[in-house]
Amino acid sequence: MTTETLIWLIPLPPALAFFLIVLFTNKNKALSHSVGVGAAVLSWLASMVVFFRALGVEHLGEHPFVSSVNWLPTGDTWFKIGVAIDPLGAAVLFFVSITIFMIFLYSVGYHNFGQPKGDHDRAGLPPHGATVTDEQGHKHTVPSVEPMYSRFFAFLGLFAFGMYTLVVSDNLLTMFVGWEIMGLCSYLLIGFWYGKPSARAAAIKAFMTTRIGDVFMLLGIAFLYSATGTLTFREIFTEEMLQHLVSIDPHFLGLTGAGLIGLLLFIGTVGKSAQWPLHVWLPDAMEGPTPVSAMIHAATMVSAGVYAVIRMFPLLSLDHNTMTVVAFIGTFTAIFAATIAVAQNDIKRVLAYSTISQLGFMIAALGIGAYVAAAFHLITHAFFKALLFLGSGSVIHGMEHGVLHTGNHSVDPQDMFNMGGLRKKMPITFWTFLIGGFALSGFPLLTAGFWSKDEILADAWANGHLVVFVTLALAAFMTAFYTMRQITLTFLGEPRTKEAEHAQETPWTMTVPLMVLSVFAIGYGWVGIPENFLNLQLAPSWFHEFVGGTLAEHPEVIPFNPIPLIVSLVVALGGLLLGWLYYRNVNSAKEDFFQIPLLKNKYYFDEAYQVVFIKPVIWLSEVFTYKWLDQGLIDGILHFFGPATGGIGGFIRQYIDLKVINEFIGDGLAAVTQETGRTLRPIQTGRIQQYMMLSLVILAVVGALLYFMLGAGL
Amino acid sequence: MEFLSQPLTLLTFFPLLGVLALAFIPGERKNLLRWTALVTTLVTFGLSLWVLSQFKSENPALQLVAQYNWITVAGWNIQYHLGVDGLSILLVLLTAFLTPISILSTWTAVEERVKDFMMFFLLLEVGMMGVFLAQDLFLFYIFWEFTLVPMYFLIGIWGGPRRIYAAVKFFLYTMAGSILMLLAILWLGINVGTFSVPDMIGKVPPGVQILLFLAFTAAFAIKVPMWPLHSWLPDAHVEAPTAGSVILAGVLLKMGTYGFLRFNIPLFPQASVQLAPWLALFATIGIIYGAAVSYAQSDVKKLVAYSSVSHLGFVMLGMFALNEQGIEGAILQMINHGLSTGALFLLIGMIYEQTHTREIKVYGGLWKITPIFGTIMLIASLSSMGLPGLNGFVGEFTILLGAFGSQAIGSPWYAGISAAGVIMAAVYILYMFQKMFLGPTGSIVEEVKHHGHALRDLNWREILTVLPLLIFIFWIGLYPKPFFDLMAPTVKALVAALPLP
Repeated sequence: MTTETLIWLIPLPPALAFFLIVLFTNKNKALSHSVGVGAAVLSWLASMVVFFRALGVEHLGEHPFVSSVNWLPTGDTWFKIGVAIDPLGAAVLFFVSITIFMIFLYSVGYHNFGQPKGDHDRAGLPPHGATVTDEQGHKHTVPSVEPMYSRFFAFLGLFAFGMYTLVVSDNLLTMFVGWEIMGLCSYLLIGFWYGKPSARAAAIKAFMTTRIGDVFMLLGIAFLYSATGTLTFREIFTEEMLQHLVSIDPHFLGLTGAGLIGLLLFIGTVGKSAQWPLHVWLPDAMEGPTPVSAMIHAATMVSAGVYAVIRMFPLLSLDHNTMTVVAFIGTFTAIFAATIAVAQNDIKRVLAYSTISQLGFMIAALGIGAYVAAAFHLITHAFFKALLFLGSGSVIHGMEHGVLHTGNHSVDPQDMFNMGGLRKKMPITFWTFLIGGFALSGFPLLTAGFWSKDEILADAWANGHLVVFVTLALAAFMTAFYTMRQITLTFLGEPRTKEAEHAQETPWTMTVPLMVLSVFAIGYGWVGIPENFLNLQLAPSWFHEFVGGTLAEHPEVIPFNPIPLIVSLVVALGGLLLGWLYYRNVNSAKEDFFQIPLLKNKYYFDEAYQVVFIKPVIWLSEVFTYKWLDQGLIDGILHFFGPATGGIGGFIRQYIDLKVINEFIGDGLAAVTQETGRTLRPIQTGRIQQYMMLSLVILAVVGALLYFMLGAGL
Repeated sequence: MEFLSQPLTLLTFFPLLGVLALAFIPGERKNLLRWTALVTTLVTFGLSLWVLSQFKSENPALQLVAQYNWITVAGWNIQYHLGVDGLSILLVLLTAFLTPISILSTWTAVEERVKDFMMFFLLLEVGMMGVFLAQDLFLFYIFWEFTLVPMYFLIGIWGGPRRIYAAVKFFLYTMAGSILMLLAILWLGINVGTFSVPDMIGKVPPGVQILLFLAFTAAFAIKVPMWPLHSWLPDAHVEAPTAGSVILAGVLLKMGTYGFLRFNIPLFPQASVQLAPWLALFATIGIIYGAAVSYAQSDVKKLVAYSSVSHLGFVMLGMFALNEQGIEGAILQMINHGLSTGALFLLIGMIYEQTHTREIKVYGGLWKITPIFGTIMLIASLSSMGLPGLNGFVGEFTILLGAFGSQAIGSPWYAGISAAGVIMAAVYILYMFQKMFLGPTGSIVEEVKHHGHALRDLNWREILTVLPLLIFIFWIGLYPKPFFDLMAPTVKALVAALPLP
C-alpha cells in the first residue's frame, strides 16, 4: 500500500469504531472495548508505518507525502481537501498515536471492566460500587463497572478520529473539521457524567469558550481564502503567496494581511489551548473521567491548538506585531497559570493549571520564533502530561478503593490533603508519577522536559528576549515547586486519612500505559539534545534536523551559552528542593502558606466573566431583544395597526361590503359558500374580512403610488 | 395525453389525483386516507427523481420546459410555462422529499378530520411545486398565493390554542407583501410585454429597477422572513401542527429566498448590485437578532422558529454576496435548513404527542429515558448549529467565504459579525439540549406516568420518518459535491450576467 493511501486510512478505524459501537455493540461491554482498542491499535500501527517511512525520505520537508481530492466548488476551480505528512506532521503523528493507544487501553481499567454492576449505579453518574459476598459470607464493597462503558469508547473513538484528521490534513478546512469534531467530543466527554450539575456546566463552558476562539479562526480562514484562493498549506507557504499576504492592508490596527490572518487563527488556538484570557474552561473540564482529561488536556485537543500555530508559523512570523502578541499571551499565561497551580488542592486541577502554563511555554517559544523548541516541548509535554494525568487517575482510583473500603463518602478522593504515603500502597503509580513530575519540572539531563524547556530558555536568551526569558524561568521555578508539592502531598510521608491507608494499586491495564509513557517521558528528550551542548560537539540533534526541515528556511542551531543552562538547572532543582522541604511538614490545607484566596479563586476570572459578559449577554437576549424589541416594538407596531385597520375595515364592511356585495352578488353563491363556510367555521373571526378589505384599500393606494413613481422613473 | 411526456407538469399536478381519490374515501376510514396521501406523495417523490434523472446538470439553462400560451387578451401575454434549472432542482427535490415525511409524521398526531387535512396537504404540495417550477410571472403568482390557502387552514384548523391569531397573522402578513409584488408583476407584464421570466431578463430599464426590486422584496422578505418582518413566523410555527411546521420551515420559507434568486437577481441586476449591502445588513441583523431571541425562548418550538430567522439570514447574506460561492452556499443552506430544522420540528412533534407540552423547563434527563430519541435529536441539533462533518457547516462555511470576499457587499465586516451567529447558535442549541435531555429528570416524566403510560422511545415509524433526513445530513456534510454539481453551471451563468463593480 502506498504511504499516501495509508495516511488517508489512519483516521478511519476510530471513526468506524464509533459507528460500530453506537449501532451494534453498545450492549456488549467486552465487544465495545475490543472494537475501540482494536481501532486504536490499527491507527497506531498505520501511524508507525507512516512515521518510519517518513524517516526514510530525504528532504521530506521539500517532498512531503501528499494526496488530495475535490470537495467543494469555488467558482471555476474546486476546493481540494487532502492529506499530507511532512516532518512536523510525522513527529506529531508519532506521539498522538502512542498516547491515544495508551489512553484507550487505560480506559478499560479505569472504567472497572470485569467488575460487577453497581448496586445503585445510574447512567450519567460515576459508578458508586457494588456489594459482593465472598466465600466466607462476608460482604465487601468493590468498585463497579461504569454503566455507560460502551458509550465512552464510542466517544473516545470519535475524538481520536478528530485528532487524526487534524494531524494528517494538508489544509486548514479539514483541519478545522477535525478541530471542531474534537470540540464536540470534548463537550460530550466532559459532560459524560451528565447527572452531575457541575459536569454539565463544565461541558457547556468548555464548548462555548473554545467556540469563541473557533469563530475567529473561521474568520481567519475565510480571510485567508479570499486573499489567496486556497487553504492548502503548501500552496500558502510559497514565497510569492506569503509576500502577497504581507502586501495586503486590511486597515485594521496597523496589521498586515498576514498579521491579521495570523492573529485570527491564533485566537482559535487561545481558545483551544486554553490560553489567557480564554483559559477558564480547562480546569472545569476536569469534571470528565480521567482518561478524558489525559486525552483532552495532554495528548490531543490542547496540543492541537499549539500544533495549529506551529503549522501556521510561516504565515504568523511575517508580522512582527502578531508575533509580539503571541509571545506576550504565551509568556503571561505561563506565569499566570503557574501561580494558580500552587494553590490548588485537587490533584487533577493542579495538573490542569500546569497544562495551561506549559502550553504558554510553547506559545511563548513560538512567539519568539523558536519553532523547533515549541514543537519539541509540545511533544515531550504530551508524553509526560498524559503520564501525569493517567497517574493521577490511578491515584484517584486507588483512593476510591479506600473510600469504598471505609464507606466514608464524605472524603474527597481527589484532594491531595487526604492522601499521603501512597508510595507504599501504589508503587508503580508512584514511580511513574515521579518520572512524569520530574520531567514536568525539568529535572536535569535525565528527563525529556529538561531538554525541551532548556531549549526554549536558550532560544529566548540567545535572541535577546530578556523579559520572556526571566518570566519563563520564574514560571519554570514555580512549576518545579508545585510539582514537588503535589508529589510530596500525595505520595510521601504517612497516610493522612484511613482512605489513603486502604488505597490499592490499580490493574495492569492502567499501569502498563503508565510504564510505556514513562519511557517516553525520559527517552524522548534524548532525540533533541543540542549538538553543541556544553560545547561537546555531539551528533546533531535529530529532532532539530528533522522537524526544522519542515520550514523552507531551516532554522539555525543556536550557539551554546552557559547562562540559560545554569538558570534552568537552578530553577528546576531549586523548585523541587524547596517544594519538598516545605511540604514534607505540611499536613493540612490550613498549614499551607500558599492557600491565598486570590490564587485559590483563580484571580476571580470566572466571577468577573459572569458579571462582565455572561449576565449582560443574557439580559440583552432575554430582556432587550426579545421582550423589548420583538414583543414590545415589532409586535407592538403590528398590534397598533390591528385595531386601527379594524376600524377602517369595519367602516368599509358597513358601507361597501354589506351594501354592495351582499345585495348584488349575495344569494347566487349561497350554496357554494355554505360548504366553504362549514370548513371555515373554526377560524371564523369576522375580523378577517375587515383585514381583507383593508388589504384591498392598501392595494389601491400603493398601486396608484407605485404607478405614479414608476411613471416618473421612466 | 401530451402532459404524460412532460415530467414537470406531471410532477406538479400529480398530487391532484390524490386529492381526487381522497374525495371518494369516507372520512372515517382514516388509515386508508393516510395511506392514499402517503402513496400519492411517494409517487410524486418518484416523479421528482425521474425529473432528476432527465436533468442535465452541466446545462445552465431551463430544462424540461413545458410552454403554452394561456391568456392572450388585450395585449397580455400570459403563458403556462414550467421549467427547471440549477436554481430550483434541489428545492423541487426537497419539496417532494419532505412532503411524504410530513405525512408520515401525522400518522397518529392528526386524528381529527383526517380527510380534510390530507387534501389540504396535497394541495399545498401542488402549490409549492408550482412556485418552484413556474417560469411565467403570472403563473408564479397564482401558485404563490395558492400555497397560502391550504397553509392557512392547516394552521387554523389543526393548530394549537392560539391558532386563529397565528393563522390570520400569517395570512395577512404574506398577503400584504404579495400585493406589492402583484403590482410589480402587472407593471412588468404590461411594460415589457411578456410575463415570461427568461424573456424578461435584460429588458427591465435600470431606472425602475430599484422600485420593482423593492416591490418584489416586500413579498419575499416577509416570506423568508427577513428581520424585522419575521414576527409572524414564531406564532405560525408554534401553533401549526408538526407536519405544517416541517413544511413551513422546510419549504415555504424557501419560496422567499428562491424568489430573490429567481426574480430579483436576474431581472433587476443593477438594483441587486446596488442594494446588496443593504440586504446584507438586514441579513446580518437577522442572524444576530434571531440567535439572541432564540436563547430567550421557553417554548422549544419557538426557539427553533427564531433560529430559522437566524439561519435564513445566512442564506440571504450568501445570496447577496452575489458571487458563486455565496449563492451556491445559499442554495445549499436552503436545503440544509429544510433538513435540519425539518428534523428538529419532527422530533419535537414526536415528543409533544406524548407530553402535550413544549415548555423546555418541564423536560430534563430525556436521554436516559429515550436514548434513540436523544441521539437523533443531538445529531439534528448539531447539524443545525453547523458542526463540521454535518450539512450545516458546509453551507455556512461556503456562505461566509462568499460574503467575506464579496465585491457587491464590499466589506468583510458583515461576514465577520455574522460569524458571531455561529457562536450564538451553539449557545441556544446546547442550552436547549442540556435542559431537555441531560440533567435531572423533568417533571413531565412523572406527569406522563401519572396519566398511566410511561414515556416511550421512538417507534419504528418515527425512526423511519427522520432517518431519511439524517442520511442527507451526513451525506451533505461529508461529500457535498453532487449537490453543488447540480447548481453550479446555472449559478455561474447568473453571476456572469451581473454588472458587478
